[in-house]
Amino acid sequence: MNRRSGAPAAASAPGGAATDTVRRYRSWAAAVILLLILPHVPGLDSSFGRSMLSQMGIAAVFALSYNLLLGQTGLLSFGHAVYFGLGAYAAIHLMRAINGGLPLPMPLVPLAGAAGGLAVGLVFGAVTTRRAGVVFALISLGVGELVFAAMRMLQGFSGGEEGITADRSHGPRLFGLDFTSQLQVYYLIAFWALVAAALMHFFMRTPVGRMCNAVRDNPERAEFIGYSAQRVRFTAFAVAAMFAGLAGGLHAINYEIVAAEAVGAARSGTVLLMVYIGGVSNFIGAILGAITITWLQVSLSDYTAAWQLYLGLFFMAIVLFAPGGLAGLIMMHAPLLRTAAFPGLLRAYAVALAPAVVMLAGAIMLLEINYRLSTQPEAGARITLLHVSLDAASPWPWLVAALLLGAGFLAFRRTWPGVTAAWQRATDEAGTGGTP
Amino acid sequence: MLELVTFSLLNGVVYGLLLFMLSSGLTLIWSMMGVLNFAHASMFMLGAYFSYQLGRTIGFWPALVIAPLLVGAVGGAIERFGLRHVHRQGHVGEILFTFGLAYLIAEVVIMVWGRNPIENRVPATIDFPAFVLFGTRYPFYKVLMMAISVGMFVFLYLAFKRTRVGLVIQAALTHPQMVSALGHDVPRVFVLVFAVGSALAALAGVIGGFALLTEPNMAAALGPIVFVVVVVGGLGSIPGALVASMLIGIVQTFAVALDYSLLDLLRTLGVSLARSSPFYEVCAIKVAQAAPIIPYLLLVLMLILRPKGLMGTRET
Repeated sequence: MNRRSGAPAAASAPGGAATDTVRRYRSWAAAVILLLILPHVPGLDSSFGRSMLSQMGIAAVFALSYNLLLGQTGLLSFGHAVYFGLGAYAAIHLMRAINGGLPLPMPLVPLAGAAGGLAVGLVFGAVTTRRAGVVFALISLGVGELVFAAMRMLQGFSGGEEGITADRSHGPRLFGLDFTSQLQVYYLIAFWALVAAALMHFFMRTPVGRMCNAVRDNPERAEFIGYSAQRVRFTAFAVAAMFAGLAGGLHAINYEIVAAEAVGAARSGTVLLMVYIGGVSNFIGAILGAITITWLQVSLSDYTAAWQLYLGLFFMAIVLFAPGGLAGLIMMHAPLLRTAAFPGLLRAYAVALAPAVVMLAGAIMLLEINYRLSTQPEAGARITLLHVSLDAASPWPWLVAALLLGAGFLAFRRTWPGVTAAWQRATDEAGTGGTP
Repeated sequence: MLELVTFSLLNGVVYGLLLFMLSSGLTLIWSMMGVLNFAHASMFMLGAYFSYQLGRTIGFWPALVIAPLLVGAVGGAIERFGLRHVHRQGHVGEILFTFGLAYLIAEVVIMVWGRNPIENRVPATIDFPAFVLFGTRYPFYKVLMMAISVGMFVFLYLAFKRTRVGLVIQAALTHPQMVSALGHDVPRVFVLVFAVGSALAALAGVIGGFALLTEPNMAAALGPIVFVVVVVGGLGSIPGALVASMLIGIVQTFAVALDYSLLDLLRTLGVSLARSSPFYEVCAIKVAQAAPIIPYLLLVLMLILRPKGLMGTRET
């Protein structure tokens, strides 16, 4: 799990320190440039693309804040959306006040979200971080349900299911920004997301951040060297709540509406999915997970009604076969890139890919037919998949799908030993002197 | 007033017993394997759906037996082929596995039975009043629910105290390594406990499906409450689960029936609160509206103040 956390310490050995600093600044500069040009890249330069990028930015901040909890401090929370949602409420109420005449520029509104998240995090964190592990997970679940139910009751504050709205374009202007175009909103979100990411990256390198890792890995030893594990957990929790609140503030600006679902269990579950799929305790992993899941939510839902089923299957596949997440998979391959056996590994992957695609095609066909028939029976048995029209009332599509699935699976099992052998060769080579 | 109290009590007991059927399996799984099983309420949901499907072809009574057996087999398979392999990733991996499983089962249920609630009506064979109280007919299926859950408690209690397997399970609750060293197949006991726990949850689902709405969301709605029961009752304690279920069932049913708010209380004390006051909205909430909050309040307070639960022997 902490594959990455040890690496920076090793890299900052004498001699390596200077190049490490240069490399770090270089990657941040690259991030700035990337964020600047992304909304102008063909394909993403539409209002839809920019809106998706905005959502990704919000999700990335939220996922990074969750990574502080689960990845850095080992606190599994099932109620992180509480701080996101209450931050969003703090921000939207401030926006309403600005609409009402409060002289404050809109771009500062996310700070109100951060303040709201921090305040709530301090209150709840004081009682919930006394214990780690399963007890913490359960308390976070309880607090999440509690706050969600409370938000539905306090209609005046939260607007309940319908939510409350505000207008981001109505207020004092800073640098002439009026936030009527999605591009301006995107740049605002990108700015705050970058600031938040840099701060969280920095926080992980402070002594407190290092103590978070220590408390995660061995709370007893952390206590023996004189740190209170509870205070370290509390600090990490409050900081994570603050950044979740910031993400909530960005959400308020982006959508101009906040409803009770912002604090709901579904959102808490989604952020857990993001961080775990991306790679727990990996900074880039959390961002990667946020981007992947948001893309699936926005994009896949256009192609298939069963996208949540695919998301669930994807998550289960990660839990079962790649507990390091997507980032873990990438990190596993990084040291092999320069080995002589690497092309062989790629070839083995390519060989295994063909039957895997066949197997997936069969599975997707079965799922799609089933899903359509049970959720939209009124749409009839005629189904078009990838421009191929099928009649689900006849047995043929079912037979073909089952055949694809079965044959693909059998062939995949036969190609898999080739992959493991190639993997073995590559890791052996990397282990015997291939590493830089 | 007497009528209200009697019916609230009766309904509270029925609801509490339903919660007990769900939580008894979970508390065993949890204390033995240390797994916070998010998919447990999904077994309840599967029970409701399976019995609905089976009941249409083979009738209610056979479905009452076969649906839990099927779900028990599903549960055993989940432990044997899924959970056991995630075990080496530690507790977080296991929790996430069951979390994802719960999500997936809900999606599969949508895929098979659709997104809308199904018409899971009380079958004609048991749809008659058991007795008449205050002029209201009390349905037989609720009495059946009580009978089945009480019977289940007795069965579990006897199986625990009187049978060899029960003793092994009890020992494995606290000392799995020792039990394993004595030559018992602990992984097989795990499969058994998981299967029986799932079957019990499904049995609750078969009968509870009539009382609650049978829809893909029912597991997510009931799941957290079952955790509350287990924590409040104390980990691994079947009598504790019974007491906690009854407590939560009765408290929640009574709360729903109470149409009073803090405002009313203040008014009887002679204090009046202006509509413009910032506390007006909080005070105007009726007890009935606040009912869904009560179990979670209980959960959080219990974990903070007494992590052992009411009758638990060790901390959560």
